[in-house]
Parts: sequence; structure tokens; C-alpha cells
Amino acid sequence: MFEWLSDNRATIAAVLFVLVFAAFVWSIVVGRRQSRLRAKNEVFGDPARTRGGWYWSVTGVTALVLLWGYFSWGIVRAYFPNSANEMCQVAKLEEAVSPIKAALPIGARYYKSTLLAVRNAAQLDELQAELPALPFTAAEKEDLDLLVRDIRKLIANSSNPDNMSEEARDRLAGISARLIDLGGVLRAGPTGDMTPSPEALAQPKWGTGVPEIPILPVTTRGVLFDTVSVTAAEIAGEFNKIRNHVPQNEVLMADIAARIKAFKEANKAGSFDERTADAREAYVKAVERIFKRLDDGLIFPAAALANVNSAIQDLDAASRSAQGGLRVVDALFMPGPGIVKSRTQCTEQGSARWLPKPTDVVATFARLANPDVENGGGYRGFPLLWWDWVPVADIVAFFIPDWIADIWPGEYAAHGPDGTINPKFKDKLLAFAQGDVDLGSVPMLDGHIWDSLFRVLVALAAGIFLGVPLGLFMGVSRFFKSFFDPLIELYRPVPPLAWAPLILTIFGIGDNGKIFLLFMVAFAIMVISARTGASGVQLSKIRAAHSLGANDRQIMWTVIFPNALPEILTGIRIAVGVCWGTLVAAEMLAGTTGIGFIENIARTVSDYELIWVTILIMGILGLVFDLGMRWLIRKTIPWRGMG
Amino acid sequence: MADLVCENLGMTFTNPQTGAKVEALRDINFTLGKGEILAVLGPSGCGKTTLLNVIAGFIPPTSGRVRLGDKVIEGPGLDRGMVFQQGALFEWLSVARNVDYGPRMRGMDPEETARLVEKWLDIVGLQGFGDTPTYQLSGGMQQRVALARCLINEPEVILMDEPLGALDALTREKMQSLVLEIWKETGKTIMIITHSVEEALLLGERLFVMAPRPGRIHKEYRLPFADRGVNESLREIKHDPYFIEVREEILTMIWDMEEEIMGRV
Ligand SMILES: Nc1ncnc2c1ncn2[C@@H]1O[C@H](COP(=O)(O)OP(=O)(O)OP(=O)(O)O)[C@@H](O)[C@H]1O
Ligand SMILES: [Mg+2]
Repeated sequence: MFEWLSDNRATIAAVLFVLVFAAFVWSIVVGRRQSRLRAKNEVFGDPARTRGGWYWSVTGVTALVLLWGYFSWGIVRAYFPNSANEMCQVAKLEEAVSPIKAALPIGARYYKSTLLAVRNAAQLDELQAELPALPFTAAEKEDLDLLVRDIRKLIANSSNPDNMSEEARDRLAGISARLIDLGGVLRAGPTGDMTPSPEALAQPKWGTGVPEIPILPVTTRGVLFDTVSVTAAEIAGEFNKIRNHVPQNEVLMADIAARIKAFKEANKAGSFDERTADAREAYVKAVERIFKRLDDGLIFPAAALANVNSAIQDLDAASRSAQGGLRVVDALFMPGPGIVKSRTQCTEQGSARWLPKPTDVVATFARLANPDVENGGGYRGFPLLWWDWVPVADIVAFFIPDWIADIWPGEYAAHGPDGTINPKFKDKLLAFAQGDVDLGSVPMLDGHIWDSLFRVLVALAAGIFLGVPLGLFMGVSRFFKSFFDPLIELYRPVPPLAWAPLILTIFGIGDNGKIFLLFMVAFAIMVISARTGASGVQLSKIRAAHSLGANDRQIMWTVIFPNALPEILTGIRIAVGVCWGTLVAAEMLAGTTGIGFIENIARTVSDYELIWVTILIMGILGLVFDLGMRWLIRKTIPWRGMG
Repeated sequence: MADLVCENLGMTFTNPQTGAKVEALRDINFTLGKGEILAVLGPSGCGKTTLLNVIAGFIPPTSGRVRLGDKVIEGPGLDRGMVFQQGALFEWLSVARNVDYGPRMRGMDPEETARLVEKWLDIVGLQGFGDTPTYQLSGGMQQRVALARCLINEPEVILMDEPLGALDALTREKMQSLVLEIWKETGKTIMIITHSVEEALLLGERLFVMAPRPGRIHKEYRLPFADRGVNESLREIKHDPYFIEVREEILTMIWDMEEEIMGRV
């Protein structure tokens, strides 16, 4: 069932997008009608104008889904499932001819030969200008000047079409002719024998396999491009081998090489001081470097490449016409640079690279949510959210620290003369504190999400139970306020994550460190909100309570606490949000479980789907928390602001 | 049950930051007999609330003392109940929980308490509203709850600081009758502060007009209207020629004081 859903996600998306689009249009229609109806009996600024309006929420959400589908290429995959495979074949042709194009003014503005000639000439100019200031004798300087001039001649000779060797000329002409032929093949369209191979048809669909896009062609048009790209790659290989070794240069080159060698020897033989020796050597080396480069024969006369250039342009035109409708699909539905082939695989480029398709996110989420960790479910051998039997003893041990047993009066038992041990109460207490007793098991939640939730909830509970009373006392007592205010205000302004490295070192990377970090966050927020609430209580209410006979403690819990409740609940709401944010960041810093941990691993392997899944999980949990708090606030303090 | 006695009462506020002093009360002397009802009038800022707070025990006087019988007042106590201008109800509690707040805090038997709550809600005319949240009540109803909450403790003295100030004319009149009724039936000593001269005349068996800077008792009256108001219609009393005469006299007096204050500023 799951496999089937996963394999057919494109088809499912196709159906869903139609529904989403229908909902989008329908919600706009309803919304417009409602707006027209209501415009009559509401004035601008009336708060009633913000009530209701769910249809606009539908518009917003569906618009978001449609945009998501579009920019993640979810829509193109749903309706043109083979387009990526075909574009991949086109990309193969692009990749194949790219070495030829690199020599031509197609991607760049100039012929590569032009750039080479200009760059080398410029460097020669520099060398010549430098020469007078260098520690060479006048005779040497003259020789070197001549040498540079001769090297410059090499460039001129290579650039002259008349000097070109017959062989190089023929080979370039051959390349052009073959490229033109190839264009012809593309223009002729697929022939009868261009059918996709069985292996190609057996490939996983777009997005379901590990290389996103199936690489073997699955359509006749794809096969055409694939075949053409193979030939094109051969042609490019041949093109790469062509060198423009001009006959006129041969003698000159031997001569230049000998003269450079002579200079090198002279440098070695002479006894110069270190700086002079270095300067002389560096200069000769620079001259030699440029000479060696020109020795490669990579400078062609521009006229010689013109034919190849027009042949490539013709091939591009042929490719465009052979792509036909595919180009429209690419331009309209694949925002970004399209599909690129690199080495062994084709990849989506642009927004689709980092924005996973909606159905893929659901599929990834389903895979993670599968609690069957043995068979690929969960993440890193741990489920996302599930339950497990947990020994009660472990839970008890969590709450009883070992030192309770240590400070219990008496000694731990020692083994007796018969070599056995007779445990005393102190030993039994230690067994409890360490969870070494059998108290049966209870089902407990388990998994990455639960681990994250658990940390937040424990920290929040501790923060509330310690922070609220302290805050209340700070709101009513000069001692509490003055004593604790500086302590809290000293640590609170420090961003929690700045504490993280320290806390994680002290408490370890397990739960304790994170819980303590979150506790610090929640505690400060709860103290401040409870304090604000307590100090905001009306004096007349306190006085009324006093004259009705309540004592201080009763006033604290029956007047000041309820009065501070709105602030406290708002504080909890804020603390939940901040804790959640801090936790995820802390989990990214260190740890082996939790939502933040998943995202951190996903980040290091650039698994964008997983990153988005974790982001969505966090968003949804945050939303659930907040809705819960809003509900709680509505239920517990309907009297807020009514006193 | 005993007399409420103020002896040479003086109250000077000192601003803890600037050290500036405000003499809110000087040399207040009076004895309020058991079961008497006293209305206090005076221009704004003349120290009426301060006087009440001192008697209630919320702030200690800087000189002199207040006695209830032989007992010198040193803090808030159950023998003096207070009704504030704006209810000061606990809005998170229902009407019944507000009314039984005192008994609950004292740990009284719940059944007995429930009976008392019934009784007092009945007296203030709120029967059946026990479970209503107080924030859903109208202003007049809230003041009745405040009254019941104070009366359930059976204080000897009831102190009221402009309890009817925020109510509309009609509700106010009904509440005035209610206060008189309670006064007559329970025989409690009542001290009521008000801004309304008519109200002071109607409710005050005795009436103090206070003068400002420093706050002191400027003139004292003994009036028959409170006794009459128990049986007669309050509206008729207001047309009594003597009532009108005293009213005009006091209005002029307060008017002059206000003029003086304005002139001095
Ligand atoms: N806590 C305080 N600190 C300093 N001065 C105070 C304080 N409370 C009251 N006062 C001053 O004491 C004087 C009397 O104030 P009080 O509130 O008793 O007046 P009042 O007669 O009740 O006025 P109103 O009719 O407007 O309620 C005023 O001048 C006021 O500024
Ligand atoms: Mg006042």
C-alpha cells in the first residue's frame, strides 16, 4: 500500500492539484460574494469586519500549496512525468558539446583563442616593461628583449590563417561537417529503431529512486537526443585533440628554447648575491612559462573556427526544433536553470533543488513516521513518535538521585564470611535510585518527537513550579525583589544559545543539559510574568481581602495568584515558544535524538526533503502548542480584564 | 458593640523620594455611637478616603488614634467591614464565592456558610445569582455583592467609600434605600463617604462637612432624614423644605471651599 502510494505520487499529486486549484477558485468566488454582501452593513474600522472569513484562509492556503507545487516542480512532474527524463537527454547533448562551445564565443563573449592571444601578449608587455630595472647586464637585457619579441612572433604566426597546417584545417572542417550532419539527424526526428530499452523502462520513476531523475531515455525523442549526444561526445573528443602547430614556429621555437636554456645556465654559473640571483631566475622563469603555454598550439586563427561556430549554432537550432513542446514545458513549468547533467546523474537546478515537492514531503514523512525501525522506518534506528514498554524502575530512578542513598544513615553492606552479601535498607535504596529493581513496565511514548517534547515539557514544568512562586514573592516582597532581581537579570539577557556550550559541557550532551538550558529560559520568563502579574494587583482588592479576615498566605493564593494568572498564562505561552526554538537549536549543537538532531544531520547531507519535513513538524507542533494555550487561556481566565 | 472614637487624629504623608509632606488630616475628633449612621462630605482631596483608610486600619495615623470601644485600631480587622467605590470584587470568583470569601478564609463550616450566603444574597436582592461570574453583573449588582460580602462577616462598623458613586440615578436610589434598610435592621454603625450632598442628607443621621488643607471637620449636622427614609419615600423627603434649606447651605459651603482651593492654586 505504502509502496504503491510512494510510486504513484506524481499521479496522486495530479489529482490533488486539480482539487486544490478548484478550491482556490471556489474560495475566491465565495469570498467575493460574501464581501459584497457584507459591505452594506459594516463600516470600515468595525472590528466585526475581521470575524469569520474562513474562505480567505482557504484562498491563502491553496495559493501557498499551488506556489509550492509550482516552484518545487511538483506540478510539472504531475502532468508531464517524462519531461525531466527528456530534458536530461537534452542536457546530455549540452554536456557533450560543452568542450567545443568552450572554445567558441557562445557561453563567453570571445573565442578562447582570442583571450589566450590577448592575455599572453599583455603578460609579454609587462615583462618587457620590467626589464630595464632588473639586474642584467646591458647585453643580456638586449638579448632578453629580443627573446620576448620572438615569443610574441609565435602568437602572430599562430593567429594567421595562412600559416595553418593543412591537417588542422582539414580536421576542423571535418568537425564542422559532422556537427552539421548531427543537426540533420536531430531535425529528421526519431527513427523507427529509436525505442527505449527495457532497462530504461524498468528505471524508478522521477523522484522515487535515489538519483532523482531516471538517466536512460524512456521516450523516442529521448532516445534520439541520447544517441546524438553519444556522437557529439565523440566529435568533442576529437575537437579537443586538434592543435594548431604552425610550421613557421617550429624553427623559432627550437631557437627560443635554446636561448632560454642558455640564460638559465648563465644564471646558475654566475656568482650573484642572493637577491640578484632570485630576481634573474624569476624573470627567466616567467618568460619560459609564457613560451611553454604557446608551445601547446591552442591558439587558432579566428577565421578557422568560424565554421565550427556556425555548425554549433546550427546544432543548437536543430536541438531546439527537435525539443518542440518540451521547451515550452521547460520555460513555463520548470522555474530556474532547468535540468543539468553532471557526470553520472541529472539533477534539478533552481528552486526545485532546495524545495521538495509536496507529495515527496508527505512520502518522506510517512517513511519517518513508520514505527517499524527494523525495516527502514524512523530515523537512525529510532522512530519519529511511537510507544515502548519502559520499566517503572527507570522512571522511579529518574526522580530519585543516587545521593539520597549515599546520605542515608548507615553503611553499605559488605560481603560476609561465606562470600555472599546480605543487602541492608541502604543498598535497597540505592537499587531504587539506580533502577535496579523489577517493578514491571508501563507503555511510554517514544521517538524523536517525544524526546523533544519531553525535554520542553519537563523544563517548562520545572520553570513554572519554581518560577511562578518566586515571581509572586518578588511581586510582593522587597527582600525577594531586591535579592533575586539582579541574579535573574544577570543571566536572562544572555541569549540561551550563548549559554549552550557551557551548559552542555557541564551537564553533558544528554537530556540533562538541554533540560537545564530550557529550564533557565522558562524560569526567567515565568518569574518575570508572575512578578508583573503580582505587582499589578489592585490595592483595593488586597485591602478588601485583609478586612475580610484573610491572612497573608491566603491573600497570596486567593487574590494575588489569580490576579497574576493572565500574565502567568501569557508567560507560559511565550515560554513554550522560546523553549521550542532554543531546544531545536540546542539539539542541532549536540545530541543523538530529537527533531533538531534530525534536521542537523539532514543539513550536513543536504537532504532538503528531510529538512523541510523537520521544519514542518516543528511548525505544526508549535501551532498545536499555541492553539492549546489559547484554548486554555480562553477556558481558565474568561474574566481577564473584567475586574 | 461599641463606639467608634477618633482622638486627635492626624495624618501627614511624606513622599519617600522627595521628602515632601502633605498634611491630609489634622486634629480629627469625633465619637460615632453604636448604630449611628454618619455621612461625610467634602471637596475633592480633603482627606475623606484617608480618614476612612485610617479607621479601617489600612494606614497607620501619624498622630492620635482610633478606638473601637476600648480597643485601639492597629490594622485591618473583622470588626470593620469596607465597601469600596468600585466593588473590588474578585472577578475570577462567582457571586457566592465572593460573598463567602470571609467565612471561607476563617475556615467556617461550609454548610453554615452556604446558609449565610443564601440569607445575605436574599437581603441584597441577588437570590439565584450565586453561580454567576461576577464580571457578568451590572455595576449596581456588583455593589450589592460587595455589600453582602462585607455584611456576612457581621462587622460592627461598616465603612463605605463612595459606594454608589458609579451608579445611575435610579439604581442609586434603590441602593440608598437598601443601605437604610440594612442600617435599621442590623443596627450597625455605618460611615459613608459620598460626593453627593443629597445622598449625604438622605443617609446621614449625622453629617460631617470636611474642609481641605489640612483635612478637618468643618461643620457637623444632626439630621432627621435617615430615620424618616426608612419608612418614607426618598423622593418625597427630597422635597421637604428643611431638606432643601440644608442642601443649599452645604452646597454653598462646599462651593466656597472649592473656590478657595482654585484661587490658591
Ligand atoms: N498615599 C498618599 N501619599 C501621599 N499623599 C496622599 C496619599 N493619599 C492621599 N494623599 C493626599 O492626601 C490628600 C487627601 O486625599 P484623599 O484621597 O483622602 O482625598 P478625598 O477626600 O478622598 O478625595 P476624593 O473626594 O477626590 O476621593 C490629598 O491631597 C492627597 O493628595
Ligand atoms: Mg476619595
